Amino acid sequence: MLHGSYLLTIVIFFPAAASLALLFLRADDHVWIRRLALTIATVEFLFSLLLIPKVQIGVAGYQLEEFAKWINVPPINYHLGLDGINLFLVILTTFLTAISVLASWNSIQHRVKEFFVMLLMLEVGVVGVFLSLDLFLFFLFWEVMLIPMYFLIGIWGHERRIYAAVKFVLYTMAGSILMLVGIIWLHNLSTAAVPGGTFDLPAIQQMLQSGAIRVTGLEEMYLFLAFFLAFAIKVPLFPFHTWLPDAHVEAPTAGSVILAGVLLKMGTYGMIRFCLPLFPNASHRAAPIVATLAIIGIIYGALVALVQPNLKKLVAYSSVSHLGFVVLGIFAFENISMQGAVFQMLAHGISTGALFLLVGMLYDRRHTFEISEYGGLATPMPKLAAFFLFVALSSLGLPMLNGFVGEFLILLGTFQVHWNWSAWAATGVILSACYLLWSYQRVFFGEVTVEKNRTLPDASPREKWILATMAVVTLWMGIGSPYFTRRFAAPSQNVLDQMQRNFPQEATVVHPLAQRPERATVAAADRGGRLASTPAQASTVNAPVVIPSKARDLLVILPSAQPNPSINSPAKAAARP
Amino acid sequence: MLILNYLWIMPALPLLGSAINGLFGSKWPNKLINTVAVGSTGLSFLAALEAVREFTQLSPEQIPWVKQYFTWIIAGDFRAGFDLQIDHLTVVMLLVVTGVGWLIHIYSTGYMAHEGGYYRFFSYLNLFMFFMLILVLAANYVLLFVGWEGVGLSSYLLIGFYFLRKSAADAGKKAFIVNRIGDFGFMLGMFLLFKAFGTLDFVPLFDKAAPQPADPMGHLGTFTVACLLLFMGACGKSAQLPLYVWLPDAMEGPTPVSALIHAATMVTAGVYVVARSHVLFMHAPTAMLVVAIVGCATAFFAATIGLVQTDIKRVLAYSTVSQLGYMFLALGVGAFSAGIFHLMTHAFFKALLFLAAGSVIHAMGGEQDMTRMGGLSKKIRWTYLTMLTATLAIAGFPPLAGFFSKDSILLNAYQSEHGGRILYAFGLLTALLTSFYMFRLIFLTFFGKPRYDEKKVHVHESPKSMLVPLMILALLSIVGGWMAAPAFLGKPDYFAKFLEPVFAQGTVVNAEAAEATAHALETPLAIVAVITAALGLLLAWWLYLKQPGKPEQLAKSMRGIYNTLLHKYYVDEIYDALVVKPLLWVSRSVLWQTVDVRIIDATVNGVAEGATGIGDGVRHTQSGNTRSYAVWVVIGALVIIAIVFWPYLRPTTVGAVR
Repeated sequence: MLHGSYLLTIVIFFPAAASLALLFLRADDHVWIRRLALTIATVEFLFSLLLIPKVQIGVAGYQLEEFAKWINVPPINYHLGLDGINLFLVILTTFLTAISVLASWNSIQHRVKEFFVMLLMLEVGVVGVFLSLDLFLFFLFWEVMLIPMYFLIGIWGHERRIYAAVKFVLYTMAGSILMLVGIIWLHNLSTAAVPGGTFDLPAIQQMLQSGAIRVTGLEEMYLFLAFFLAFAIKVPLFPFHTWLPDAHVEAPTAGSVILAGVLLKMGTYGMIRFCLPLFPNASHRAAPIVATLAIIGIIYGALVALVQPNLKKLVAYSSVSHLGFVVLGIFAFENISMQGAVFQMLAHGISTGALFLLVGMLYDRRHTFEISEYGGLATPMPKLAAFFLFVALSSLGLPMLNGFVGEFLILLGTFQVHWNWSAWAATGVILSACYLLWSYQRVFFGEVTVEKNRTLPDASPREKWILATMAVVTLWMGIGSPYFTRRFAAPSQNVLDQMQRNFPQEATVVHPLAQRPERATVAAADRGGRLASTPAQASTVNAPVVIPSKARDLLVILPSAQPNPSINSPAKAAARP
Repeated sequence: MLILNYLWIMPALPLLGSAINGLFGSKWPNKLINTVAVGSTGLSFLAALEAVREFTQLSPEQIPWVKQYFTWIIAGDFRAGFDLQIDHLTVVMLLVVTGVGWLIHIYSTGYMAHEGGYYRFFSYLNLFMFFMLILVLAANYVLLFVGWEGVGLSSYLLIGFYFLRKSAADAGKKAFIVNRIGDFGFMLGMFLLFKAFGTLDFVPLFDKAAPQPADPMGHLGTFTVACLLLFMGACGKSAQLPLYVWLPDAMEGPTPVSALIHAATMVTAGVYVVARSHVLFMHAPTAMLVVAIVGCATAFFAATIGLVQTDIKRVLAYSTVSQLGYMFLALGVGAFSAGIFHLMTHAFFKALLFLAAGSVIHAMGGEQDMTRMGGLSKKIRWTYLTMLTATLAIAGFPPLAGFFSKDSILLNAYQSEHGGRILYAFGLLTALLTSFYMFRLIFLTFFGKPRYDEKKVHVHESPKSMLVPLMILALLSIVGGWMAAPAFLGKPDYFAKFLEPVFAQGTVVNAEAAEATAHALETPLAIVAVITAALGLLLAWWLYLKQPGKPEQLAKSMRGIYNTLLHKYYVDEIYDALVVKPLLWVSRSVLWQTVDVRIIDATVNGVAEGATGIGDGVRHTQSGNTRSYAVWVVIGALVIIAIVFWPYLRPTTVGAVR
């Protein structure tokens, strides 16, 4: 609206618009369908790369914000924004989608057109989730994303695909229903500060942080749980993880890559974007439990992965373990670990994505995921074996490859505040070496045990290009990690800053949708009442006030906002149940 | 300042060689692969020599010489840079690694000439050189950890080089995982140091740590805990109790690998790390004592196993574990330069022992069992002579290298405040055992009657590419210790003097008093040590040459002890029964089959089935029968009426309130 740039909209909807072109192709013209799909995915990836220079290093606020009125009552708006955290998640999505198209080149042979349309629609949903700044819009994309994923598993999956697809959808829905309740609740709360309420994330965050809307401890905990459960299921956090192995094993390769690569990150992204800034006190109270679950997930996932006879399930359980690190990093509330968590989200997307690609390549050759069906594959396919080892090493966190940076930062950061959490989680580093090297040995080392495997072809040129690309990214992320961390350092810190409830602040921040500034006097009156109950806030009275870019613009536009103490008076806040 | 400004050249050269051979070498002739691999390592060695020359021209204030190249990880206050540094300790390590590494590369061109996967071997070997050089040049713990894990990776690849053999693949995996257990401690150590000092760069970290008060003995302060955690990593990498189990198995790798990685360089990384962190260790007397005890115990324990092994490489492997124990003993009693000195001399004679053993195996057409050798001294003269030199050196006969370094360790152990006499006694006992099992090896291999089928095995001397490195190493095994010789003449020990600038930091200055007593003890202790070594030699001679049937009788009469030693105290079996099997059982039967499938998933499916069941039941109300609908309408109406009029149906309550 104010910025005149529609880049984010383009990045979200380009695949949808372009996939219309796919519909004009004949259904049996597989070659051109594939080529066009690849072109679309590649162009989309290039579009997303255009976002990188838009995010300035060291700036925390949202860039390229887009805002448009959509529905008046309830006030749902089309609000998008970009910062260093979702920037790379968007690029990861577009990158993995392009890779997935390439990976599905030969393995998808029926309903080819529908497959690629679904894949591109999935991309729309996921990118939309990452870029939405309106709670309702976020929820909408969150649900939209389910549909193509449901079909990807249900139509192009393996034997038990229907069971897996239904399980996946039901699990996610169970969580998202709670989130919807939470969203509506938040909207109702916001009516205390704005007539008609709002679904705008930055606005609500600002109101909660400034004290314009107040929630009791219990209320906050309920709200936190409503969001958190939705995200925890998506991550998946132990014990909500059992949909994941089924979904992965049954999904086609492309589905698994996207599922592990980006869909799981929607959960951790949600925790960073919603749970922490909106419900900091509840987050703090829940942190010991969440961290415990994350640590259980790390160890449990690794141990269960260790004994899987099914290679794809093994990789799926390893995701449970790796994502446990991310959740731990987030709920340590520490700058270093937070950055590590964001980095680990990206690194896991690449390395586990690559693992699924490799498992898919083995499947294309032998149509089985059973480890016992393989053995000695390094002899017929040395190149694939080399790539597999490389990816496994990155996954087990070998320094100079991408897995190390995230894990190290998470553990280092967590150690600074809770050394015992870090010590427990670090055992995952040992276990990941166990399950990856052991399975690698059983698949690739030794003599060829199954006669069929003796003549399997090594990596084709297409596969080599896919894997080489993944390997280059892996190496780059491992060596040049500052390229990434510098860009999301400020937003990560900002998330932690947003967790501070700075009611008695001196500067007044007006959000455009609030249109009602609260004065220092109002806030100061609160000092005695609520602040004393939360020790964390006392030290942060002088924390820097972060003004969202949009608010900054509007501050200039609005000549003088009228103070209206009656609305925000403590009496009113207290009167509200 | 050609190299000092571009320190990265030294590791970069072997990395380049590794990449070239790894990517393109599969179709190349061996000669070209040799040129790349040996050439890159050789250039790296030359660069190291030049670096040392330039280093000697630096003024003392410029040392340690640190170069920052690029930032590798940055987050918040934490920064890990690709920063390399060079100081006196680095110089020693640098020369050992590149020098011995280069010789072993040359040797490998002969030893591996007829093996498949030639390019792969040299690609891995060069990769190892890269990581090892990163390890010794790193200017912070995190980059050191890169080298640390990287050499572990190379070790994994090279042990599993013959990946068709299950035992080789198993051994590689075991090495990596056991090392990871150590790395777990190492990482936590780093985290703790960062928490305490806010940096992991060596120079600022040690500067901040040095003025701090030391932890009192028996107190688990920051220094003690951090040092113990770092030492845990060192135990993994340097094969100390209880994490030594991977090293004997690592002998599955090709022999040059055993020489380079599992004797001369990688396994000494733990010693290097402790020496590098000496400022911290000096503040943690408890940790120092633990290091000394673990080192001493490992030295003795491994030596006892070495007594009965019949595989020539396994004897050497246990010997390596034992000698590494010596190094830790030295570090633990505060004799850092003695530890590093032994590291260096050990690199010479143990690399030589392995390479000579490789030459024997080569000559015997792959045979490694000493009970099927014998009488080889005439047939492979040069191999015999060089191996004998190394044996004399490791047994500690003057004036060979091992004599000086071992003597220095024993002397320092003797003078140690805490239990010095016990440490010394075990050290001396280990020296006796060392001398015994080494001469046992020599006598079984080179003397007596041939115990192999002379018609089948065509014993032949190895090619020049293998012999020349042997001779150079033999020369080094002789003269390598002479730098310390002046100590016997009451003059300063040149080696200790050279390292003094490094180890002086944070050391309590009572050097003069210690030196005075040291001089008094030097000669008597040396004489005792030589007598001990000679005893070992005589015992071996008596048992294996004079009375060849005797060992078997002894083994029979002490069957229990013999079997325990032969099966390495059953440690592998104990680990398997106590750790591996229970872990797999818990993972499979409890976590996966029970928690995952029977509890969580069953609950989820149960909820789904419950929902279906309720739906099924409620479905029957939709019967399509008008009369039944009418009944429902009436019931519904009654319920609503009841709800609406409920308060009025309780007149007593309402009345009472009014």
